[in-house]
Amino acid sequence: MASLNDYLLVSGLLFAIGLAGVVLRRNIIIVFMCLELMLSAANLTLVAFSRFHPAPNGLPDYNGQMLVFFVITVAAAEVAVGLAIIVALYRARQTIHTDELTSLKG
Amino acid sequence: MNLAWILLFLPLVVAAINQLVLKKSWLVPIFSTASAGATFVIAFMILGQSGTASFAWATIGDFSIDIGIKLDQLSTGMMIVVTGVGMLVHIFSLAYMKDDSAKARYFTGLSLFMFSMTGIVLANNFIMTFIFWELVGLSSYLLIGHWYQKDSAADAAKKAFLCNRVGDFGFMVGILMLWGITGHLTFDGMKGGLETFQAANPAIFSGVLSAAVLCIFCGAVGKSAQLPLHVWLPDAMEGPTPVSALIHAATMVAAGVYMLFRLQFTLGFENFEGLLASQIIAWTGGITALVAALMATQQNDIKRVLAYSTLSQLGYMVMAVGLVAGEAGMFHLFTHAWFKALLFLGSGAVIHACHHEQDIWKMGGLLKKMPITGFTFLVGFLALIAVPGTSGFFSKEQILEAANEKEPILFWIAVIVAVLTPFYMTRLFVVAFLGKTKSENADHAHEVGPLMFVPLVLLAVLGLIAGYPFIASKFAPAYHPTEHLFELGTITYISITAVIIGVVSGFVLYSGKEKDPVSIPLLQNRFYIDGIYDNFIVRYYQDAFAAIVAFFDEFIINGLLVGGLSRAAESTGNIFRKVQSGSLQGYAFVFGLGVILVIYFTAF
Repeated sequence: MASLNDYLLVSGLLFAIGLAGVVLRRNIIIVFMCLELMLSAANLTLVAFSRFHPAPNGLPDYNGQMLVFFVITVAAAEVAVGLAIIVALYRARQTIHTDELTSLKG
Repeated sequence: MNLAWILLFLPLVVAAINQLVLKKSWLVPIFSTASAGATFVIAFMILGQSGTASFAWATIGDFSIDIGIKLDQLSTGMMIVVTGVGMLVHIFSLAYMKDDSAKARYFTGLSLFMFSMTGIVLANNFIMTFIFWELVGLSSYLLIGHWYQKDSAADAAKKAFLCNRVGDFGFMVGILMLWGITGHLTFDGMKGGLETFQAANPAIFSGVLSAAVLCIFCGAVGKSAQLPLHVWLPDAMEGPTPVSALIHAATMVAAGVYMLFRLQFTLGFENFEGLLASQIIAWTGGITALVAALMATQQNDIKRVLAYSTLSQLGYMVMAVGLVAGEAGMFHLFTHAWFKALLFLGSGAVIHACHHEQDIWKMGGLLKKMPITGFTFLVGFLALIAVPGTSGFFSKEQILEAANEKEPILFWIAVIVAVLTPFYMTRLFVVAFLGKTKSENADHAHEVGPLMFVPLVLLAVLGLIAGYPFIASKFAPAYHPTEHLFELGTITYISITAVIIGVVSGFVLYSGKEKDPVSIPLLQNRFYIDGIYDNFIVRYYQDAFAAIVAFFDEFIINGLLVGGLSRAAESTGNIFRKVQSGSLQGYAFVFGLGVILVIYFTAF
């Protein structure tokens, strides 16, 4: 059976890939997906901790799993809002490439 | 004592109410005049009382500056002069300024002046004197510049203020020196401090005292318009005539004499005998008296003649103080205040009647047209030239006696002035009041209303009787009682001869003349002193100084401080501007980096 460290390693990799995608990719949809990936990495960590830190009665610590549900809910809401923003952005600017969205440049 | 506090602060309260509440209401003149009347009544009630009262105004450690009142014969007597003339001038102004659009401002200024002057007179320490000294300068500035729309009035106000500031600088140094010598600022403590200093440093005592007194005298030179700072007083005649009567003849310009006498009185007269500073003061006064009298002989503006005569009489007073005969000087101040205010108000009535014509060569024959003004003016004229029996005679007599006793040269200068005074006053009177009318404005002149001639009559009465011992011993700020009313001696003969010479020569020379038969450019142009100031001091010093200030402003302030600060902010901003790249991923990267750093620092 895989140990906690294995789970954490996978989760860290997922998070790093997500962060790399957020930082490096120019298409805002991909950036958005990478963001979801980072959330999933966090979820994986939470579930792993829940599994490997049982309560005194032998059951998993459900607090971690509950938090995951919250994260999924928030992520769903975020996707709804975020995609709407992207659609609106595309309508306004005719592009979703972050390189071309620099009107905040000082 | 409470009355004295009311006396001091009533005019201020009235001025404040006028300025802040009533603004341009028709009530302002009435309110101010009522306050002047009330202060006069109070001044009568506290006459001759003595005592001091004070409260701490600014305290720094052990050192404290007080606002205090000192009552004695000197201050209460002076208050009679200030409030008496002040009240009559207020009443006169009611009529004189009737049609002025800004008379509310004018009366507020008068009230402010009454407050400041009262403060000088009643002050019990030198810092308070100085504060009110400056306040007097301010109110004088406001009133000279009352018709500020006229350039000449605005310039004259500025000139008066600046000349006074020059003197006040010395005054302040003098006050600090005295404080250093005696360790006290209050008049009551100074004498003791001075004696301690004298006992400790007998060798340098008179030199140090002399320097301090001279510095303080600078203040008096400015305020009492002595040579060489006299130039502002004739120009100050640009102000409304009642102001000239109150401020530039009777009270404010006398403040210098009052303050010098207060100083001598405080420190003890014996310390001033033979002091170098005393001699310089006496000579300054004597020369001012002579020079001003010479200038007065060739002036054509009725107010300017009177202004130079004021200068000359102030010179007399300062000379008396310098000769350590301050009682004579203060006595002359007392009598002079009444008859000079009378002459100024009289000239105001004349100017009012002649539709603001001030040139005496365009008047003439006014005695017939305005008998009350004319005869009261005549009384003032007689008192000024010191005809025996009038108030001016008694006081001038005492000054001449003092001069004769102590410094014969100054005595002869004073005698020359005593010849010149009747001469130029006769010229003024003969040209303006006798003979034929010389212009249309003078043709239409008619007697002024009661609000104007009642003050004139009252002042004329005082001008006649104020010198007699039964009045002077009670009301004069300082009076040296004489045994006999008239002491027929050499001095009396000399001064009567002087008056006769002056009057006769003036009458012979100017009677029935259409224009000035004598023309002395040097005197007309006031010895070119104003010209020297304009062409030398203003041109070289002021302009050079202006260039330095402009350089400082342009390069140091503008270039280095203001500009430097803005440039520093701009370049710092330029550095941080790069952070605001506008690239989403850049922000995300920095954000991620930040998170990693936070984790690193929390974990390790």
